[in-house]
Amino acid sequence: MALLGSQILQYVLSGIVVGGIYALIAIGFVVIFNVTGIINFAQGEFVMFGSLLAVSLHTATLSLSAALLVAVLLTALLGAILERVAIHPAKGASIATQIIITIGASIALRGIALMIWGTTPYPLPPFTEGPPLILSGAVIVQQGLWVIGVTAFLLVGLHGFFHWTILGKALRACAYNSVGALLNGISVNRMSLFSFSLSAGLSAVAGIVISPITYATYDMGSMLGLKGFVAAMVGGLTSIRGAVVGGLLVGILESLGAGVVSSGYKDAVAFLVLLALFFLKPEGIFAGREKVKV
Amino acid sequence: MKIYSGWAAVAVGLAFLPVLLPSNYYLGIMIFIGLNALAAMGLCLLMGYAGQISLGHAAFFGLGAYTSGILSASYGLSPWLSMAIAVPATAGLAFALGVPILRLQGYYLAVATLGMGIIVYLVFMNWTSLTGGPSGLSSIPYLTLGPFTFNRDLKVYYLVWAMVFLALAGGRNIVNSRVGRALRSIHSSEIAAQAMGINTSRYKVKVFALSAGYAALAGGLYAHYLTFISPAPFGYQFSIELLVMVVVGGIGNLSGAILGAAVITLLSEILRDLMPRLFSYGAGEYEIVFFGILLIVFMIFLPGGLVQGLEFMRRRRA
Repeated sequence: MALLGSQILQYVLSGIVVGGIYALIAIGFVVIFNVTGIINFAQGEFVMFGSLLAVSLHTATLSLSAALLVAVLLTALLGAILERVAIHPAKGASIATQIIITIGASIALRGIALMIWGTTPYPLPPFTEGPPLILSGAVIVQQGLWVIGVTAFLLVGLHGFFHWTILGKALRACAYNSVGALLNGISVNRMSLFSFSLSAGLSAVAGIVISPITYATYDMGSMLGLKGFVAAMVGGLTSIRGAVVGGLLVGILESLGAGVVSSGYKDAVAFLVLLALFFLKPEGIFAGREKVKV
Repeated sequence: MKIYSGWAAVAVGLAFLPVLLPSNYYLGIMIFIGLNALAAMGLCLLMGYAGQISLGHAAFFGLGAYTSGILSASYGLSPWLSMAIAVPATAGLAFALGVPILRLQGYYLAVATLGMGIIVYLVFMNWTSLTGGPSGLSSIPYLTLGPFTFNRDLKVYYLVWAMVFLALAGGRNIVNSRVGRALRSIHSSEIAAQAMGINTSRYKVKVFALSAGYAALAGGLYAHYLTFISPAPFGYQFSIELLVMVVVGGIGNLSGAILGAAVITLLSEILRDLMPRLFSYGAGEYEIVFFGILLIVFMIFLPGGLVQGLEFMRRRRA
């Protein structure tokens, strides 16, 4: 079966939309990893809390924009609480210990969401109403444009934040050399807290902009989080630009894979990409850069 | 010697336990504890002795169950022969996968095994012609021994727990041998182990294959006990549950894995009964909250698990 050009374009466009979400989540991973050296397996749960909180706040009383803002702030607070309760007490523990702790946090948070919201999927109204955009035969819903726009806006904002503000520079200093940062009077401890909070907020935004398309459920976070992680790894785990490229790549490949091969294996695509990468470069993606400490 | 007498007491206790159990329901739980213990011991060998983490162990459990189930139900092989093929085949697959995967460290390994687990799960779901897809694979035959068929909970109970003790003895032998010492040295410092002339990647791949074999054995027994399998129990959730069992029991301790399996299986059984009465949303895996909190609390406050905790209390009393 020959594929029409417009079909391919359709898959690529949907891939870019979902890839934008993966990119935002991947940036969340990168921010935490750079500052603390931890991979946060509970990242997807921030995505889920962001969107479910937004839904609840909006249905309660708040206007859509106020609900979104409060939801992002609350999720950022949740990130800070998680860092204090679970991550900080195990500072300096082995990687295996840290992995297990963040996995514990992830399933605990998912369980809490299940108790609060149940298994029902909740809709969030799209940010703007209107007909979908048609681009030479391919369709993109307006919310898809919001996803791309918000991702682009946050990228520019983050670039500015990391390069032109004291706080951003302090975070980068911790990423380069935490001892050096400490000697320069930067509280690495506080930066760790802040990185969790910033990362949680970013992931909440990702969850909120995608929920008008996919609905918000208690278990939406695990898959989104894992794919964001794959995207971050594809991009090298330490670079925000890499995370964005990784996110878009995973999104587009997944969308093409689901469309061209089989939709049943859609979720496998991201992991196949990752495994292929590991097999081709088994020593890890940023080989040669890191020296192993004995 | 003291340890052996302890285990002999536990074995005698377990042998007479069915007399005390009021119904088959409890016998079923005991069988599941045994099956989970087998898989958890495998994961414990990998995590506790080689220091490697796997977030996809449910896949090996599932591969054992499906391979044995398909060979016996669809191709008419005898159940024992099916299992005798399924277990080494799964271990072999783990070996082949392990060669590239285990060269990775820390996070990379965790994610690679996780990805593998999800891919295997999706294959169970989507390869309908072979696995039956989401509706599952039925009419898997019971295990037999001559004229004797393992078709009742009581018979399977003894079979499974006999396997658990065999696996424990085998695992202990490995752990206390030269191989075990090599594995532990990898756990403490891979580079130091290499410097001592230990081929670390070879040992890691071997123990990965062995631990997959334990899980596949549990999976095969599971398939021939229930005579029906579907993909749902072999997902990410079960991989995490196995992880919780190992952590709660004590990461560096094989008998801890059995204790962890018992505690977690009982706990989830109790919670599954209790939680829906407290929350009105109907079905849901509410017990994951407790598993998550257990993971965090144990890793922060009791990284040696229950076994170490009990040991500590006994020493304080003495």
